[in-house]
Amino acid sequence: MSNRLEEYWRKNISIVISLLCVWAVVSYFCGIFFVVPLNAIKIGGFPLGFWFAQQGSIIVFVALIFIYYRVMNKLDREYDVHE
Amino acid sequence: MSILTWTYIMVGLTFGLYIFIAWASRVRDTKGFYVAGGGVPPLANGMATAADWMSAASFISMAGLISFLGYTGSIYLMGWTGGYVLLALLLAPYLRKFGKYTVPDFVGDRYYSDTARVVALICAIFVSLTYVAGQMRGVGIVFSRFLEVDVNTGVIIGMIIVFFYAGLGGMKGITWTQVAQYTVLIIAYLIPAIAIAMKITGTPIPQIGLGGEVQTGQFAGKYLLETLDQLNRDLGFAEYTSAFGPGQKSMLDVFCITLALMVGTAGLPHVIIRFYTVPSVKAARLSAGYALLFIAILYTTAPAVASFARYNMIDTLNNKPYKEAPSWFKNWEKTGLIAWVDKNGDGIIQYRAGKPFKGKPVFIKGNGPLGQRLVKNELTSSPNELYIDRDIMVLANPEIANLPAWVIALVAAGGLAAALSTASGLLLVIASSISHDLYYRMINRKASEKQRLMVGRIMIALAVCIAGYFGINPPGFVAQVVAFAFGLAASSFFPIIILGIFSKRTNREGAICGMIAGIVFTAVYIIQIKFLGMKPWFLGISAEGIGVIGMLINFAVTLIVSNMTKAPPKEIQDLVDSIRTPRGAGAAIDH
Repeated sequence: MSNRLEEYWRKNISIVISLLCVWAVVSYFCGIFFVVPLNAIKIGGFPLGFWFAQQGSIIVFVALIFIYYRVMNKLDREYDVHE
Repeated sequence: MSILTWTYIMVGLTFGLYIFIAWASRVRDTKGFYVAGGGVPPLANGMATAADWMSAASFISMAGLISFLGYTGSIYLMGWTGGYVLLALLLAPYLRKFGKYTVPDFVGDRYYSDTARVVALICAIFVSLTYVAGQMRGVGIVFSRFLEVDVNTGVIIGMIIVFFYAGLGGMKGITWTQVAQYTVLIIAYLIPAIAIAMKITGTPIPQIGLGGEVQTGQFAGKYLLETLDQLNRDLGFAEYTSAFGPGQKSMLDVFCITLALMVGTAGLPHVIIRFYTVPSVKAARLSAGYALLFIAILYTTAPAVASFARYNMIDTLNNKPYKEAPSWFKNWEKTGLIAWVDKNGDGIIQYRAGKPFKGKPVFIKGNGPLGQRLVKNELTSSPNELYIDRDIMVLANPEIANLPAWVIALVAAGGLAAALSTASGLLLVIASSISHDLYYRMINRKASEKQRLMVGRIMIALAVCIAGYFGINPPGFVAQVVAFAFGLAASSFFPIIILGIFSKRTNREGAICGMIAGIVFTAVYIIQIKFLGMKPWFLGISAEGIGVIGMLINFAVTLIVSNMTKAPPKEIQDLVDSIRTPRGAGAAIDH
């Protein structure tokens, strides 16, 4: 594999890792580990932890995939590996 | 027009549509049969994936489950959506670039081993079979409840319809039918949800209504979730929005189950193969986004429906005289899914925590003094007098909200669409595993296109019959084996596919040892808990969550064994390099 492709792969990995960090934070941290303290915060009728667990995490999941799609398209073109 | 007439019209119309689509998209080659020719647009693939994924359980049972579980119900909401992020970022683009027909294809080629292929094949068939039995049962139940035919007749009608469009059109037929089925099921889910949100919280958007205020009654002006917390507390349940309390699952267990469901979702063969059907890597990424968007429409509505149903049920039934109970209560009592025992003889329905009697209701002839059906079950000491089957929460919704008959009929058609679309996706995995991976790749490499198509169709017929058999004679363990499907997908496929893409050093020996170690641990643990009645001995993790530990074992064993044995051959390392770059994905390669 050429250097340039190795660089492409490294960038790809770091994009995936940062998006997966967000994925873990909204679901596991906000929705599970810290749900009890977050529930003390109320946004309208929602206890915040409960909202993350039943609404917020799902909305963020959808956004993450579309962000990944856009960022990767740009990266593919930059390294000339797009279809 | 009566509900029954409307139901016949709705179900007839939607079935006619599916058959029309099947006929229009019939195929003549194996590429069409296995991967729909590889030319499905991302938006359509997203809808098809959503319908494929959302089964009778998502459509009928999930909101009811959440309604009784409160916060703990989040394990299903997060678990069954979060897996798509893993799928989109870690699997779908690379598997699309790899470009073969099935999951065992990838495992067999990447690990240059027919042993690995066979292990993957057995897992794929087992996971899909356990799953499909439940779907056929779901079809039978919807038929019997809404069309007033026998459950078995319902299963047989469902079998014929699925065989017709899966056998004729293969993946292509299934894909376009699923697009139609998604449309039917999402409309059927949203109309009653919107109507109930309007009725209780005064806003048409259920996701906002969940955080809104109750409009009428004694709790008017109070937030819905706050009201539910209070009602639950008063009746002796855990608060609706609170987590990890007494009687609820522990934090570790909630974490493990959620992660196991996510990883299991990403490892389910019938979901993975959908990403072979799109034209490019870019399209695979985009269609994963659309798939989750379409799934999220239902999955963010479900918790709202759950809380509305919970409020409605307590508000209209608890401490009300049986004589004044609403008509939907009596309709569902007839089906045996609701039962009331007047323990203290005051003629008033008391709903409290705990079971009213042991097991599911067994009715005896005759009625009580107020006209209620009588059960012969042994009563418990709990003051609770009400038995409610969780499944009726979604199905009874339109009646509770006083919606017109055609909406009730639409919900029936939606439930059927959800069950049939999932069943057909699973049947195709079973058929392609046998006809492609076993027959073509391992038995008869010289088989002609025509022979391969014929074997594929025969296998669909066979799989439909097996699924139908389990639908008519459900084995007692159907509920238990669902834990198996996710646990096995998480502990077998997920780690070795990920390592196959992200680690070039992973070799044949590592993958085979890892898969076997992961599966054996997970299977033994689930059997111990679900069938031998043992206590969850590993950190108190329940059978549903143990796939996470199985997955970790698989990862560890694969990495250790791989590093102790010879690196994979040069051409395999080149193959990994090639799947890491999108260019040249083209169509799925026939080999």
